[in-house]
Order: sequence, then structure tokens, then C-alpha cells
Amino acid sequence: MSARRGLRFVPALTLLALVGPVAAGLIGTLLPAFGYLPAAGLTDWGLAAFAELGAWPGLPASVRLSLTTGLIATALSLAIVTLALAGWQGTPAFRWIERSLSPLLSVPHAAAAFGIAFLIAPSGWVVRLFSPWATGWERPPDLLILQDPAGISLIVGLVAKEVPFLLLMSLAALGQTEASRSLLAARTLGYGRVAGWLVTVFPQVYRQIRLPVFVVLVFSMSVVDVAIILGPNTPNTLSVQIVRWMGDPDLALRLRAAAAAMLQLALVFGGLLAWRIGEWAFARIARRILVRGRRGCMLDRTRGLSAGAILLIAVALFAGIAGLALWSFAGFWSYPNALPDMLILRSWMRHGPELLGPLGSTALIAGLAAGIALVLTIGCLEAEHRHGVRMRRAGAFLLYLPLLIPQTAFLPGLQTLMLSAGLQSGLWPVVLAHVVFVLPYVFLSLADPFRAWDTRLDIAARSMGTSADGVLWRVRLPMLLAPLLTALAVGLAVSVGQYLPTLLVGGGRVQTLTTEAVALASGGDRRAIGIYGLAQTLAALLPFAAAVLVPRLVWRNRRGMRHDG
Amino acid sequence: MMDKARGLTLDHLTLSKGTETLLSVDAHVAPGDVLSVMGPSGSGKSTLLSALIGTLAPAFAMQGRILLDGEDLAGKPPEARRIGLLFQDAMLFPHLSVGENLAFGLSPDVRGRVARRQVVEEGLIEIGLEGFAPRDPATLSGGQRARVALMRTLLARPRALLLDEPFSRLDTDRRASIRSLVLERARKERLPVILVTHDEADAQAAGGRVVRIGQE
Repeated sequence: MSARRGLRFVPALTLLALVGPVAAGLIGTLLPAFGYLPAAGLTDWGLAAFAELGAWPGLPASVRLSLTTGLIATALSLAIVTLALAGWQGTPAFRWIERSLSPLLSVPHAAAAFGIAFLIAPSGWVVRLFSPWATGWERPPDLLILQDPAGISLIVGLVAKEVPFLLLMSLAALGQTEASRSLLAARTLGYGRVAGWLVTVFPQVYRQIRLPVFVVLVFSMSVVDVAIILGPNTPNTLSVQIVRWMGDPDLALRLRAAAAAMLQLALVFGGLLAWRIGEWAFARIARRILVRGRRGCMLDRTRGLSAGAILLIAVALFAGIAGLALWSFAGFWSYPNALPDMLILRSWMRHGPELLGPLGSTALIAGLAAGIALVLTIGCLEAEHRHGVRMRRAGAFLLYLPLLIPQTAFLPGLQTLMLSAGLQSGLWPVVLAHVVFVLPYVFLSLADPFRAWDTRLDIAARSMGTSADGVLWRVRLPMLLAPLLTALAVGLAVSVGQYLPTLLVGGGRVQTLTTEAVALASGGDRRAIGIYGLAQTLAALLPFAAAVLVPRLVWRNRRGMRHDG
Repeated sequence: MMDKARGLTLDHLTLSKGTETLLSVDAHVAPGDVLSVMGPSGSGKSTLLSALIGTLAPAFAMQGRILLDGEDLAGKPPEARRIGLLFQDAMLFPHLSVGENLAFGLSPDVRGRVARRQVVEEGLIEIGLEGFAPRDPATLSGGQRARVALMRTLLARPRALLLDEPFSRLDTDRRASIRSLVLERARKERLPVILVTHDEADAQAAGGRVVRIGQE
């Protein structure tokens, strides 16, 4: 009885787990930004930190970079996804696109960024393939391709990772619209495929993917690990600079970091506002064009372009991972050979043993964070089922909240608060910080299959005398094994990929595959990067393989359970 | 002979899936005439429709020809065929107003904002919905939606009209009046019409030839 009543409080507990750390972190950033940091003996309120920040010569370039890379990467990702859907959705080729991009979604951002860096660097695969026969470069060219001051390689890295995400979110949204019939209606009126899709289907899809698009924008404007690997460092993007200041032994610099974090928050809100204005303007212009009745058949020529972009992204991500793997086994690899002169195990033997520690803590943190997130999610959904405590629109928004506040705006505050409260950084704070980012994805992954479960089975089981808990444990959860494992795999992958929460909340003392990999970025030891990047990728991918295989094994004699395998 | 060339011709059309023949039709629909295709669900009616529109799935094979005004439609995408389609439900675009839905359909040959708006307004008057241009399609009754869908299709100036059970979702009172409106307009515009239905009354009201498919 008490357990059943306890279920009512799970939604509130879940919201606390999501919003609590964000709110605490924001307060913890706000106070030092205005001069109050008792842990460092600083209690003079004032705007000195902001003045200091304003005096930092790198500020204008840093701010401009955050804005341009974020907005351009988001707009480009959305454009590629939209044109690919408009040109190919519902065709056999599209199913191929879908299948090749879905596994890439779980590749951690840092690993994908390293892979792309290995491809496009002056001594990377692309240059090697074309040298010296086409380029004439007998030695790696002296070009600033990586970490270019305009942030182009950073944008490339972001687009490659955000396109699979937006594509899968759009596909989920498409399931809820009558896309193919809308498109047919437009085409029988004489509209080209792409134009017809853009006008009739896109507005309905966009309405549903708007929050994920905002997530992409916020992420792209404030990402740290990808920006350390691919972004410029003269100066850094604002987020990277915040982390550098936070890591400085001089505690006074934390005030400047806190002020910069507030600025970052304002920038992101500015970016979101600019995006909203863009949406509005776009819709107005689209409406004016639309009533002119132009059939836009020449837009169908973009089909080649969009397919090419998707193909390029898939190839780049796959080749990037292959490059990480190859470097990890590479002996001497002279330029401009496309393959190493020999493959050896030396790098693995040297770095393998030291890999075990970070691997263990990665698995432990991911397992705990994903487990907690899954239990809270099931509790919320079951409470909704039994008591009608339903997450309404506000609930859905709160779910996205931690993803809409830049990590660099509230994680430094969490670290500062813990410091002020005399709390030890360590495993559990890191796990709870991971839950903040893992929970939304686990919830979004499990909610639809959980709600779609046929509740007549519940009535059937209850009428035979089974308790509500009995139905949950013996009927509902076993039937939902496949989506549960998928949600768990999503949670594990998200946790494995987290950089900033581990670094800041762990106070630099908790080492995971991701923190170690990113720490190697400045050193340029490609073999070590290859090993850590590959280990990170496998740690995120293997749970997905298990999530596909296990239900097939468990339900191998149950034909009625196979559709969701 | 001239009259034979105009209109929609299903020239020894056979649709099959693998080795199984779904249906065979050989018919000519002259401008202003109606061909009713009747059959229970699963009899291949929707396959016939997709063959006519140009969206036949690769799993199906088509033999014979589909000619519109003497022109072979083979290989042409839906947007190049100019065959108007009325769905079971009206398929009005929910994010556009009634007037915008009509303007979306209206042929681009009508140029200029004022001229286009006027044609749309006239279209609305013709279907008895004067002043409905700014309305949200979701606030319309089923019969009103069906009329807007008809006008949207006609404004695109199609060369033929396909009706995919467009009356089946309407209640019996409205059904007859919408049906006669659609058939009358098609006759007036001299459009060849193919009506796909499982309702005997629809076929009778259409008055043309009736082809039955999918029967033992």
C-alpha cells in the first residue's frame, strides 16, 4: 500500500532531479559573478568580475565565435535534414539513409570530433588520399584547417553529429503526421516533391521538433569538448574559456568565469530569441510565396545535394571511427601513405592497462546514472497510468529544461556551491549531475512505447486477481523489454559521452574515457587518442547492440513479441 | 477518332504483384464521363489509383498503358500528370487558412496578388462559402471541407479527376448533395472522372459505366 502511494511522488522527485541541480547551479554561478565567493574569502558584492571580463581582449572574438558557430551549425543541420526528408522520405533510398545514420547517433561527440579531425587535418586521410599526385604536397601542407579562427571545422564537426539527431527526431515526429498523404495531395495539385513536402509536411514536423532544434542550438553555442578538439584557440569559444578559468588554481579567476557563464547564458537566450524571430520571418515569407501558387518543381534538383550531404556525413563519421581504430594499431605511418606501414599492438599494450581505471569509472557512472534515470522514468509513466498524474505541456518543457540551459552556465555554479558547502566532489555528485542530462533522453525514448502498451492486457490481468504491481512486474515490463533496453542503452550512451559534468562536478578527480580523451586533445598523440576515442565509441555502441540482441534471444519462441525487437 | 483521343484511356491495363494478377481493366473515359470502379476493400482499388497517379510501389508490375488526352503517362511523376485527386477525407492542410488552401491549389498561370485573391473568392462563392477565406479549416463541417477540397483540386486545372471514395465519410444527408456537386462540376469542366467506391449508390448516381474488380 505504501509503495503504491509512494508512486505518486515519483513525478515530483523526477522534476527535482532535473530542475534542482540546474537551479542550484545557476544560483551558484550568479553569486560569484557579483563578487560573492566566501570559499575564496571574497564577499565584496559588485560588478568587478564583469568589468574584468569586459577588459579581457579576447572577449569580442570569443562571443562572436559562440554566436556564429552555434547559429550556423544549427541552421545548416536543420537545412540538410529538411531537404533530405523533403527529397527522399518514403523512398527505398531513405530507409538506407535511416539505417546508416541511426547507429551513428550514439557515437560520443568527442570521438566523432577526433575522427573528423583525423580526416581533415593537414596530414589526415583526405589530404593523404589526394597527395602528392593531385595536390603536389610532398609533405603535410602548412594549413590551419583544424581549429581555424573562423570556427569552420567546429561547425563541420557539430553538423556531422547534429544531423543524425535531428533526422531521428524528425522521423519520430513524422510518425504522427499524415506525411505521405499530404505530400500526395500537393503532388496531384502539380507541386514538385521537395516543394510540396516543404509547404505541406514541414510546418507540421517542425512544430514537433522545435524543442530538439532549440536543444541543438543551445548545445552548439556552448559545447566544450568538440570546441576543444575542433574549435579555434586564438581565442577559444566563450564556453571553453569559462572552463579554462574554472580550472585555474587562482580562485579569483572563478569570479571572472562566473561572470562569463552569465554572459554565456544571456548569449544563448539571445540566440534562441534570434532563432524565434527567424522562424517568424521565415513563416511570413513562405506564406507570401505559397499563395502565388508556383509549383517549385526545380527545387527537386536539391535531391542530389541533400543525398550527397547525408552520404558525406555518414562516410565521414564511419571513416573517422575507422581512422581512430587504425591509428590505435598503427606502427610507423609515413606521409602520404593512406595506410600505416605496419599494424602493431604496442600502443594498446602501453595504454591498455591505464585504460582500465577510466573504463571502470565510465561504466560505473553510466550504469548508475542510466539506472536511476530508468527507474524514475518508469515510476513517472506508471504513476501516469495508475493515477493520471500526467506530464502536461509544462512537464514536457521541464524535461527539456536541462538541455536548454547551457552546461557552462550552471555546472561551474554547482562546483562552486559544492566547494562553498564543503562537499567532497566524487562519484555520487557526478552520477547525479549525469542524471540531469541522461533522464530527458531516457524519458523521451521510453514514453511512447510505454504509453502505447495495450491497457486491455492490464484489465485482463487485474480481472484475474493480479495486483497493479504484479501487472507492472509480470506483464508490462517484460512485454516492454526491448524498449526498456533501448532506453537504457540511450542513457548509457548519453552518460558515456558527457564531458563537462564529469570534469566540473568531479572537481577534476573523476576520470572517465571522455575526460581522458579530451585531455589528450592538446598533446597530439594520435595513437593514444585513437585508443581512447575507440574505447569511448565502443562503450556507447555495445549497449545498443545488446539492446537489439537480448530481446531477440529472450523472445526467440514468441512470434507476437518480435515486431519490437 | 478525335473524341477517342481526348479523355482518360486505360489501354489493356493489368496490375499484378509477383505472379498474382490483381486486376485487368480496358476502358476509355471520355471528357465529362464517369467510370465507376467498384470492389470490396483489398480488391486492388488503391493499387489502381496509385498506378493512375504515378505512385505505384516497386512490388507491383503494370502492363498496358494509361493515356491522358492521347499522351502516355508512363514514367511521369504525379506532379507532371495533372490528374486531380479527391481523398476520402478532404486533406486540407491544417496550417493554412481556407483561402490559402485554395491559393495553394490555384494554377500559377493566374498571376498577380489581386487577381489570384479574386479567383479564390469566386471559387468560394461557387461552393457557397463566401467569405470563408480567413477561416481555419478545422472549424469547417465535413461537407464544407469536402467542397473546399473539390474547389482546390479544380483550381489547379486538372485534365482528369480521380475520386477515392470521397463521399464515404459524409453523413447521408450531405452525401447526395456533395456527390451531385462534384459530378456536376466535373461534367461542366469536361473532365474524365474515375470514381473508386464500394457503395452501389455512388456508382448509380455517377451514371457511367461500372467496372467491378476483385470478385470471385
